[in-house]
Amino acid sequence: MIEWGLYNYWVVIFLMMTGLYVVISRGNLIKKIIGLNIFQVSVIMFYVSMGKVRGGTAPIDAPGFEIYSNPLPHVLMLTAIVVGVATTALALAIVVRIGEEYGTIEEDKIREIEAEEHPN
Amino acid sequence: MIDALWNLIGDDLPALQIAMPLLTATVCVIVRRPMLAWAVAMFNAWGAVVNASILLYRVWTRGTISYVEGGWPVPWGIELRIDLLNALVLLVVTSICAVVLVAVPRSIANEIPREKHYLFYATYLLCMTGLAGMTITGDAFNIFVFLEISSLSSYALISQGRTSRALTSAIQYLIMGTLGGTFILLGIGMLYMMTGTLNLVDMADQLALLGVNRTVLVAMACLGVGIGIKLAVFPLHTWLPNAYTYAPAVVTAFLAATATKVAYYVLVRFAFSVFRINLTLDGTHGGALLMTLGIAGMFAGSLVAIFQDNIKRMLAYSSVAQIGYMVVGLSLANEHGLTGGLVHVFNHAVTKCGLFLVLACVVLRMNSTRLSAFAGLGRRMPFTFAAFVLGGLSLIGVPLTVGFVSKWYLVLGALDAGLWPVAVLILLSSVLALIYIWRVVEVGYFTAPPEDADEVAEAPLSMLVSTWILIGGTLVFGVWTSLSAGVASAAARMLIGGVS
Repeated sequence: MIEWGLYNYWVVIFLMMTGLYVVISRGNLIKKIIGLNIFQVSVIMFYVSMGKVRGGTAPIDAPGFEIYSNPLPHVLMLTAIVVGVATTALALAIVVRIGEEYGTIEEDKIREIEAEEHPN
Repeated sequence: MIDALWNLIGDDLPALQIAMPLLTATVCVIVRRPMLAWAVAMFNAWGAVVNASILLYRVWTRGTISYVEGGWPVPWGIELRIDLLNALVLLVVTSICAVVLVAVPRSIANEIPREKHYLFYATYLLCMTGLAGMTITGDAFNIFVFLEISSLSSYALISQGRTSRALTSAIQYLIMGTLGGTFILLGIGMLYMMTGTLNLVDMADQLALLGVNRTVLVAMACLGVGIGIKLAVFPLHTWLPNAYTYAPAVVTAFLAATATKVAYYVLVRFAFSVFRINLTLDGTHGGALLMTLGIAGMFAGSLVAIFQDNIKRMLAYSSVAQIGYMVVGLSLANEHGLTGGLVHVFNHAVTKCGLFLVLACVVLRMNSTRLSAFAGLGRRMPFTFAAFVLGGLSLIGVPLTVGFVSKWYLVLGALDAGLWPVAVLILLSSVLALIYIWRVVEVGYFTAPPEDADEVAEAPLSMLVSTWILIGGTLVFGVWTSLSAGVASAAARMLIGGVS
């Protein structure tokens, strides 16, 4: 029996597996990086939905509000987003250099070129 | 003057360990002049060694140090927590950083364009920041953040290699490493969900009250996979051989001795301090799984190493095998076994860093690390090649070298656990190490260099000094074991006893 009340976790798992599949199955390095991003975003969604309390408001101390969402996971994800951006930036920079050196960013073509140049 | 300074910063040493390299990395970017940036980095790295030594001494004499960042009380604030285990790892990491840095200027001179040298030093220091941070933090999310700092800077360092294959190795490592880091993040998230805390000590207490449930098991699996990728435990090691082979020579020496070691520390920390041993290893067959993977890694790494023509790649595969030994030590989960694993962190860091520095000397003079470049090297670069031979002996585990000390403890641990076949397998795989080291030694001493070969000079002094510090270390710590094995066995007792 699937519990639909926790559908957010199903979304997370779906996104995560999509990302992982893209990373594994695609040979184009840019597509791999996109897959990596989807994978990271799924974990960000996981944290964000984990901190949400049903009926809770933003954690600001004000009269009339009793239930607050947990702000900590949300704050953590600000850091994780920064990490994700940095990773993507570095990855794209390396892909640009690979494109310049090899003239392609398809993994199987790169492997062919490498096999010709360096047999080991 | 010194007293006044001591009063000012004496209690803040744990924070300085992270803050100093972070700040000096930016200083390197500002000064821009290569030698000046190197001087700044050297000052910082050797300062870090002194700092780590003081911390280890304090932990040894006065017990665990807890440093509360920003004055926010534990468990809400972020804690830096230093006990015997991570004090030892911290000393290894900072010492390797500092010793390798001595050899860096001459080695990168013909690998990286001069105008980029200051960036190299800045990235190097950032990597050191991340590794030191991962080692001493007591906060689960901090581990992730520092892991990514060290990983991102190591991808950048690897991509600086001379050939274009450095780039493809870097992107391969980046993809694997990011997957690993994200799995760790996911595992930490699930643990936070179950315990409501990120402080490792508090988390362990909450988990002990909570017992096992499915979320905790999944968290354990996610952390295991994530850390396994960073540790390069067989079969998640695929990024390692390429990354080590094509990175600049000094970067390989640095990363081989630090990055995987810190990942091993994180694995030990989670297995023994957070999940506590019975939960991790008994309840889930995690111990049997790790032991199988460790033994498979020992043999797969060594066997593949035997057939490599590129010596740098050979040593990279040997690293996979050595990581196997460490993992076996952990999975034995008794005092001797864990001591063996931890002392092997120390010993393998010293040995492998020394060997990769030898290769840095060779690539500087011969422009190649293929086996053919070693022909007659015993006469052409006698000091360099003698260092290789001694390092190789330590890798095999010959008595009077550090390799023997760790294998001694590992075998003892296997016998304590009643697993004598494991002890036999550990000894058998050492024979494989003998084969791949002997190939090189044979070529180095008994093959004449090609007739038309140019005269080669011995490696420059700065590189020989740092190589011989490490190779000397393999001999010194092979005989005098109170620093390495003494601290490691005390740390193992602490972890097994469950006292944190």
